[in-house]
Amino acid sequence: MSSASAFFSSIGLPEIIAGIMVLALNAYVLMGGADYGGGLWDLLASGPRRDAQRDLIAKSIAPIWEANHVWLIVVVVLMFTAFPLAFSTLAIVLHIPITLMLIGIVLRGSAFVFRSYGSSERRTRRRWGVAFASASTVTPIVLGVIIGSVASGDVATASGRIGAARFTEIFVSPWLAPFPIAVGLFALALFAFLAAVYLTVEAGDDAALRDDFRARALAAALAVAFFAAVALFLSRRAAPRVIEGVVGGSWAWLLHLCTAISAVTAILALWGRNFRLARLAAAAQITLILWGWAVSQYPFIVPMTVSIRQASAPSVTLTLLLIGLGGGALVLIPSLRYLLRTFAGRAAEAKESSS
Amino acid sequence: MSDLLAARTQMALSLGFHIVFAEIGIAMPLLMVLAEWRWRRTGDEVFLRLAKRWAKGSAILFAVGAVSGTVLSFELGLLWPHFMQFAGPIIGLPFSLEGFAFFTEAIFLGVYLYGWNRISPRAHLTAGLLVAMSGAASAIFVVMVNAWMNTPTGVTMSGGQIASIDPIAGMLNPSSFQQSLHMLLAAYAATGLAVAGIHAAILLRKPDSRFHRRALTLALMMGTPAAILQPISGDVSARTVAIWQPTKLAALEGQFATERGAPLRIGGWPDVDAQRTRFALEVPRGLSLLAFHDIDAEVKGLAAFPRENWPPLPPVHVGFQLMVGLGTAMALVSLWAAVVMARTGDVMRHRWLLRALAIVTPFGFIATEAGWTVTEVGRQPWVVQGILRTADAVTPMPGLIVPMLAFAALYIGLSAIVVRLIMTMVRETM
Repeated sequence: MSSASAFFSSIGLPEIIAGIMVLALNAYVLMGGADYGGGLWDLLASGPRRDAQRDLIAKSIAPIWEANHVWLIVVVVLMFTAFPLAFSTLAIVLHIPITLMLIGIVLRGSAFVFRSYGSSERRTRRRWGVAFASASTVTPIVLGVIIGSVASGDVATASGRIGAARFTEIFVSPWLAPFPIAVGLFALALFAFLAAVYLTVEAGDDAALRDDFRARALAAALAVAFFAAVALFLSRRAAPRVIEGVVGGSWAWLLHLCTAISAVTAILALWGRNFRLARLAAAAQITLILWGWAVSQYPFIVPMTVSIRQASAPSVTLTLLLIGLGGGALVLIPSLRYLLRTFAGRAAEAKESSS
Repeated sequence: MSDLLAARTQMALSLGFHIVFAEIGIAMPLLMVLAEWRWRRTGDEVFLRLAKRWAKGSAILFAVGAVSGTVLSFELGLLWPHFMQFAGPIIGLPFSLEGFAFFTEAIFLGVYLYGWNRISPRAHLTAGLLVAMSGAASAIFVVMVNAWMNTPTGVTMSGGQIASIDPIAGMLNPSSFQQSLHMLLAAYAATGLAVAGIHAAILLRKPDSRFHRRALTLALMMGTPAAILQPISGDVSARTVAIWQPTKLAALEGQFATERGAPLRIGGWPDVDAQRTRFALEVPRGLSLLAFHDIDAEVKGLAAFPRENWPPLPPVHVGFQLMVGLGTAMALVSLWAAVVMARTGDVMRHRWLLRALAIVTPFGFIATEAGWTVTEVGRQPWVVQGILRTADAVTPMPGLIVPMLAFAALYIGLSAIVVRLIMTMVRETM
């Protein structure tokens, strides 16, 4: 337990803000991530209920997607306010993938509203649907690639060699590599799994539609397991630090045990058609994976050079930021609850009420 | 094209694209709430139709504004990492407050758009009002950041390094109030008169349409007061610039020599080599009067500052003339509408007024772009006035022309689509 007490005694304001940043990323993954997954299932919609599947996805996403994606802005703002050095390091080295992710975000958001509010002509709507679905599929891969390249430690290395190495060595090879790409596919599989599980609940009483998404969720669970194994295998060479933290950390085993339990629970609950439990377990699983990554990087934001303390803004900024976050949460949490309660689980019965 | 110029172009394109959607995203919800409120009060179904139309328009424009805003929050770092590393701890506070305001806006827009049949009438109206209020709050927080770049307070430097910071002082810098007010009024005036103009144009052809008459009245209720107040807010802004950014004032007025009783130049072209502004109509002592409220006040000319600290003069001077000219036209047409309204109680039969309103439709947005150019290009070569040069803030990543062209194509394509969608929506009401 001594390492745990050393851990807690090292917690200060910068670590608390870093924790809130991971929490915001966690919310983004649980809410925005499911939106991306929904896009993938729109792309892969098939069978006799193809249109009904797309309809359910659109109706589940429509009222909440804008709010879901504000979480990403919160993560970015927290990073440049509290850890400006980390932000500038990532923004310089990962310029290309971040730009690709942004283009994906613009395309999917715009295409989604163009489909919802634009021409009612079927072909036009389908075209926007394809744009929305493809952008939804590519964007989370890029997000995963970004996270994977940070975890690998190659971003920090490249950052130290700016001006002393070739363009590709600094701006391309840290992210265009097997391990980050495996993490990207892992992220897509996770989001697809999450979305399919959510959609089984959203489908409500429509048993056929619910079973469509149950089958998809189970297939996605296999993909999650596969890409997790690939990423883990590649990380032995590409990200020794992460593997050390993930496998060998002092209380990592507890985290992994919980992750495994929630993964198994999610699958068993899906199998037994207990969809609400499956939703809870899937959300827990993704949350634990994210925190497992975050804890394995500790105390680094950009391993192995930029630590939380090193990158941290002056304490006056952190104190004000914490007060601002507290005040903001007082407004945000009740609002968000109200939004989710107004629209929860009723997508299937919802009439198009906005037209 | 140098990387610095490519980065500046990309930033200008992104902000120039976003600012129009942001303005509409601030003002349009107010219109839709006004319409819904009138419907609940009068039971007139035309107002309900109007509220739903405007809500649909808001949904498209807000979404494009939201995604382009997301791009901007990253672009600050992608293009200007050294600026963000320097300024993040100082301006992060208004940015994070903006994050929460934006959250509230997105949440209640979802509630508003999809909650017509799910929540009580009062709750629905309140949701709309919250969208309008949090949109305005977002604008205020973001503009505070820009105001800080113009008049950076709350930071003390020593030997090129930050010695201490005070984020609250940075947030409440000398330009915050003036710039936020100017931006908010711009949003209400530009959007209000643009909507009014569209409906005025339709009324010229279909004078009896109740739908368009009600739409015009509501749009004028929002647009005209803002357009009439905007010149006063502009005067307050200009006087702040005169005190805190004398180089910018000299650039936007085309003032080369330092002089007492400086004239106000209307139009003209700043000739940098000859160091004088040609072809301008000069109002004697006008500039001293406007900038310092004293006809004999001394106005510092560009010659008083080192050449390397001059902003590019033609865009700043011409942009300023354009903004003031269009803003004045909007204020005059608004006054006219107010007078007609007060005297006859009905603007609809006054065809010349309807024509004038139709003509000023795009003026507010053009004036916004021009004004944004004035404040941003007018601050060059600084990204943070007097502290950090734009050239020192740019990313070391080469080949920036590629992302610049990619975003240019993306934004041009999106603009074309949005314009077509809005035109289709307008045509459906005819």
